[in-house]
Amino acid sequence: MPAIDLAPAPLPLAVRDLNVAYQTKVVVWDADFDAPPGKLVAIVGPNGAGKSTLLKAALGLIPIASGSIRFFGLPYAKTRHRVAYVPQRESVDWDFPVSAADVVAMGLYRRLGWCMPVRQRHKERARAALSQVGLGDYADRQISQLSGGQQQRVFLARALAQEADLYLMDEPFASVDAATERAIVEVLRELRAQGKSVVCVHHDLATVPEYFDHVALLNMRVVAQGPVSTVFTPENLRKTYGARLTLLEEAAQAVERARVSAQHRL
Amino acid sequence: MTLLCSRWIVLVGLFLLALDRCVVLAATRDVPVIAAAPTWESGRPGRGGKSITDTGIEWPSREKVWRTFTLQDYNTRIVFSGVTALGAAGGLVGTFLLLRKRSLLSDTVSHCTLPGIAIAFLVAEAFGNSGRSLPLLLGGAAVSGVLGMIAVAAIRANTRVKDDAALAIVLSVFFGLGIALLVVIQQLPTGNAAGLSHYIYGKAAAMTAGDARLILYSSLGLSLICAALFKEFKLLCFDSDFARTQGWPTFALDLTLMALVVAVTVIGLQAVGLLLVVAMLIIPAAAARFWSHQLGVTLVVATGVGALSGLGGVVASALFPKLPAGAVIVLAAVICFAVSFVFGTQRGLLVRWLEQRHVAAQVARQHLLRAVYEWSEHRGRSLDRDPTLLLDGSVQIAELCALNDWSSKRVARLLKLGVAEGLISWDRLNARCQLSAHGKLEARRVTRNHRLWETYLLHYADVAPQHIHHNADQIEHVIEPNVVNELEELLAGREGAALVPADPEQSGRNPGGTLA
Repeated sequence: MPAIDLAPAPLPLAVRDLNVAYQTKVVVWDADFDAPPGKLVAIVGPNGAGKSTLLKAALGLIPIASGSIRFFGLPYAKTRHRVAYVPQRESVDWDFPVSAADVVAMGLYRRLGWCMPVRQRHKERARAALSQVGLGDYADRQISQLSGGQQQRVFLARALAQEADLYLMDEPFASVDAATERAIVEVLRELRAQGKSVVCVHHDLATVPEYFDHVALLNMRVVAQGPVSTVFTPENLRKTYGARLTLLEEAAQAVERARVSAQHRL
Repeated sequence: MTLLCSRWIVLVGLFLLALDRCVVLAATRDVPVIAAAPTWESGRPGRGGKSITDTGIEWPSREKVWRTFTLQDYNTRIVFSGVTALGAAGGLVGTFLLLRKRSLLSDTVSHCTLPGIAIAFLVAEAFGNSGRSLPLLLGGAAVSGVLGMIAVAAIRANTRVKDDAALAIVLSVFFGLGIALLVVIQQLPTGNAAGLSHYIYGKAAAMTAGDARLILYSSLGLSLICAALFKEFKLLCFDSDFARTQGWPTFALDLTLMALVVAVTVIGLQAVGLLLVVAMLIIPAAAARFWSHQLGVTLVVATGVGALSGLGGVVASALFPKLPAGAVIVLAAVICFAVSFVFGTQRGLLVRWLEQRHVAAQVARQHLLRAVYEWSEHRGRSLDRDPTLLLDGSVQIAELCALNDWSSKRVARLLKLGVAEGLISWDRLNARCQLSAHGKLEARRVTRNHRLWETYLLHYADVAPQHIHHNADQIEHVIEPNVVNELEELLAGREGAALVPADPEQSGRNPGGTLA
């Protein structure tokens, strides 16, 4: 009789007891974080709460003090090919002599392997990824000639070219124009429709209920996490942000809007 | 692109091989001749008994110029091959170094080679060998260069000393140590140490065929490594964090890049000296950035600039033996940089100036056309005339000035521009002007575009302004037609609003079409 595997499939990302410290200053403290499969997850929290640090630590870019990080049940080194990372736009020098298509092709380098050149089919894959984010006509532009939002979309396209199962994005909506925001949201929904998981560090509370399914509220430690409808409450937000009223009001309005639109859908 | 780029680097390799043939030819054909003149400097002042204060320039004879440019002299050929290969390798490796933003590290590395040279010399002498063997000295230089780099990395990683300070500390400490050792060596009884100071300022003239070969083959090896790791270096230089998340060993790649830098530095010690070898790495790369926005092309241009500077330096110092070759090579590189800076096609001074002028002219043209259109509109309405005939009458320039608050000087400038473009005719006697048929079409187009953009910005405030090239583009080319329609409706509905002229591209076929 064949054994029936009763264990659930491992989570795309499971962080347990994560501690990260710069010198003696603790940035992330005993954080537990789960990214459920097929969901769009936002990590929100005040400035300096350790949102980007959490992502970077998970990817091994920052040494961790303690904790365990599992991608699909395995350490990152064994599941790199299933994970795509979209860094903050400011993390690189955009005055670099490459075109948008070149940058996107960088997402394929790992698959190419050492010393192998980028071939025609890789270039086509890169162009397809650029079209997905609405930049098909900009493939040959030098990257410094793109606007900030377009640069952000180039980074997103590079992640898409990787055809990963989990996407980690560091502030993809930070200072982008409306067209880019729409394009990114569309891409996120497409990814969700394909059953992929996305974790976004996000700064705009007002758009959380509209864009995301799950939310993790982070301020050094994870204050609360789960579905937006249950977790994204004024009470939890107050615990995360302190009593900054304007922020809370905005968030409350957003929650209200989301609730109303959900009722309309019903 | 990458494949092509790697091929281009292979081209660099072929070029180096050609240089190698040059050395081989020199060695086979001219060997008997050079037996009498083993070094290049036989014609140097000082040997001819001239005083040091003699600063007059000796102009070379025509025959000498010819011989130099056709590389007929054995020594010129050797030095030419060696220095050109060095320039090419420096340009290639330097481009990656520049893009990795570690330019100053190469300066530190080159200064750090001095104690290595001195210690290698001392060790060789202690074992009874001649301390002048080039491979030995360069080996010592490489070891201490690497040690210097490790020192920088260690200071950076383990202390709160910042990058620039770490570089400065290591540079000065190693160089100071080297100078102290040189003084010690000079006091040794062997009296064989005089040649070592050449490594500080460089002495291309002392290059032998073997030295040139060493440089050539090293350069060839370096360019092969760059070709093989082109894609990896590109990723490392652009986004090293991303490279790390992808599992690339960025630390090892960085080490490889730095090893290439040490190699270029070491082979350049003899020709340009440790004080100036940084120029061979950085200046060609910086110059190349003015010519291309593609990494492959940038690399090839940098290689070319490096080779050209080597060539220029060699020729100049062959023609004027008083000039030190190393410094002349660097000056040649600086000339290449200056030319690129001014004439470079990508961000050269000239191109930028021309672009600015073009934008200014475009804005002026639009101001003129819109002003005439608005004046006509004003007139047309007050006289209750048929709007289709709006632009047919001639315009009083004085009124144009008054309406826009323009000085007569400014109007004259704008009109001159309009006349030159065939948009308008200008009757100076009566101070009137009249749009040409083309000018009318353009005036309508420009005004329509301007008003639609204005409305767009008013109603779509969330659009990042850098998206809008409202001077350059027609609105239909940037924004979806349905939005343009919406904007037209918005404009038409505004109380007392200026009308939107019809799109001339559509109504052009139908000249009697309405303007509203």
